[in-house]
Amino acid sequence: MTFTLIFEQLLNGVQLGVMLFLLAAGLTLVLGIMNVVNLAHGSLYMIGAYLAITAAQWSDSYLVGVAAGLAGTLLVGMLIELVALRALYRRDHLDQVLATFGLILFFNELVAMLWGRAALFASLPAYLQGHLELPGGASYPLYRAVIIAVGLAVAALLWYVVTRTRLGMLIRAGASNRAMVAALGVNIRLLYTVVFGFGAALAGLAGLMAGQIYTVQPGMGELILIQVFVVIVIGGIGSIRGALVGALIVGIVDTLGRAFLKPLLATVLSSAAANTAGPALASMLIYLLMALVLALRPAGLFPARG
Amino acid sequence: MRAFFREYLLWGTIIVVLLVLPAVATALGMGFYIDVVRRIMIFAIAAISLNLILGYGGLVSFGHAAYLGTGGYAVAILAFYGIHNGLAQWAVAIGASALVALAIGAVSVRTSGIYFIMITLAFTQMLYYLGISIEEYGGDDGIRLKMRSQLPLLDLADPVQFYYLLLALMLGAAYLTHRIVSSRFGMALRAAKSNEARSRAIGFSPYPYRLAAFAIAGAMGGLAGALLANQTSFVTPEYMHWTRSGEIMFMAILGGMGTSAGPVLGALALLALEDALSQWTEHWQVILGPLLVLSVLFFKRGLAGLFQKPDA
Repeated sequence: MTFTLIFEQLLNGVQLGVMLFLLAAGLTLVLGIMNVVNLAHGSLYMIGAYLAITAAQWSDSYLVGVAAGLAGTLLVGMLIELVALRALYRRDHLDQVLATFGLILFFNELVAMLWGRAALFASLPAYLQGHLELPGGASYPLYRAVIIAVGLAVAALLWYVVTRTRLGMLIRAGASNRAMVAALGVNIRLLYTVVFGFGAALAGLAGLMAGQIYTVQPGMGELILIQVFVVIVIGGIGSIRGALVGALIVGIVDTLGRAFLKPLLATVLSSAAANTAGPALASMLIYLLMALVLALRPAGLFPARG
Repeated sequence: MRAFFREYLLWGTIIVVLLVLPAVATALGMGFYIDVVRRIMIFAIAAISLNLILGYGGLVSFGHAAYLGTGGYAVAILAFYGIHNGLAQWAVAIGASALVALAIGAVSVRTSGIYFIMITLAFTQMLYYLGISIEEYGGDDGIRLKMRSQLPLLDLADPVQFYYLLLALMLGAAYLTHRIVSSRFGMALRAAKSNEARSRAIGFSPYPYRLAAFAIAGAMGGLAGALLANQTSFVTPEYMHWTRSGEIMFMAILGGMGTSAGPVLGALALLALEDALSQWTEHWQVILGPLLVLSVLFFKRGLAGLFQKPDA
């Protein structure tokens, strides 16, 4: 177990964390502001991946794929908000869960009809292939480094928008008292649609970047969505900062657990026992972490004020 | 009073239809319906147990598949080590599920709203991954039962005997739930659902009641899992897949939340609908999904709501 290996896995953890953050940021805003549970957020991640791959193959340009993924998920997101979610704002969480569960079934099957059930693989353009040389002689895949950079840039941008702009002010005000904001003459419905659309585009961004490193198949959205729920529970509902910290913690813990728990256990247990317990424990690690956080800080690490 | 009669009429119809079904199906040469209805009754037990906490307790648990899986794996793992005694298997299935529910509930019942939904979903996913990662018990591929649970007097390999046992267990689960809900315990549970602040003010802290109900529901769900393992002779992590939790939830809702017969009707409606759609097209979920959305938007009272009022 060399330091370069640990460092590389740490970067992989940050990279997973950044992906989780992109999904969690949109979801936590929707939860915090609109008080709506949207299980179909994972579907937007999947749609982003499929649209980007198809557009990139069709145009032979990675960037066209990126644009198609972003624009497509923005549109689909706003459409979902207009058609389905608007009718659900006044309903309880149970109805929201059930209705968006129905949406998931629809989107997963629609994707299977259009693209088939087999996994798709996306290729990278030449300028994103290759490795970065890191200090200390290690090297790291350029594409994963780009994902980390994009994710951190989005985090900075979101922080700026939410804390320094008029739109961000409205978002925060809407989160703490939506009736008051509406009474002051803000078109809260439009605000909801815009926030939902941008949340969808962030999920799409995560999805279109995921195409090159994870398998693209129907149902891919829900596997990551449940991890995103863990992120939000750890970070605190409605808090962007919580989403970022929670996502990085979950990403790093999950990645390091999968990489090092088995060899680590093998130093204390017999190798057969470690072979069984290692992967089992590694796959449970983030959920146990969630339970621990809930026991110590029931409202998450950074509860949103309001 | 009329609602009271209609409830009896509804239950009477359900019982009579289910009692004569094996004879009719066999006479018409459609014996496979016995198998289909067995599956429906197993899911009805799961939906009945969820209805206890969801319909009467207001706890939106998106993780009921966890107990289906725990119960199923309890049977399969005991059978793996050569223990085929049904009473032992089912007792372990119920006990283990109650313990798992107690552990999940201890963390999740303290929270409410969106948190509760996300946490129950997350813990169920944890168990799903646990099932996948334990290679000894088949991992991803699951584990096959060599034989069905061995019970005194009954032979589960006989489709009709298994059928009537399931009918008895389903009615037993519905009756037990009815008794729980109308007891002092059930009143406290329902009071906490309808107004938590008032319920606290008169001296009932909801937490112990909710946690106990959560564990009871888990135990009943574990029984459903043990039965499902016997039905399919096969246990895989798919028992605990999150879509399973969603399906069970839909059964409880479609039938009519907080009604005694609702979960049975809901299980029947959803599984029959899935069956019919899947025979029509491979892509049946593309139709089922929007149908479910529409049912949430426009059919809130559920099937039993056409006949009886919710007790809560």
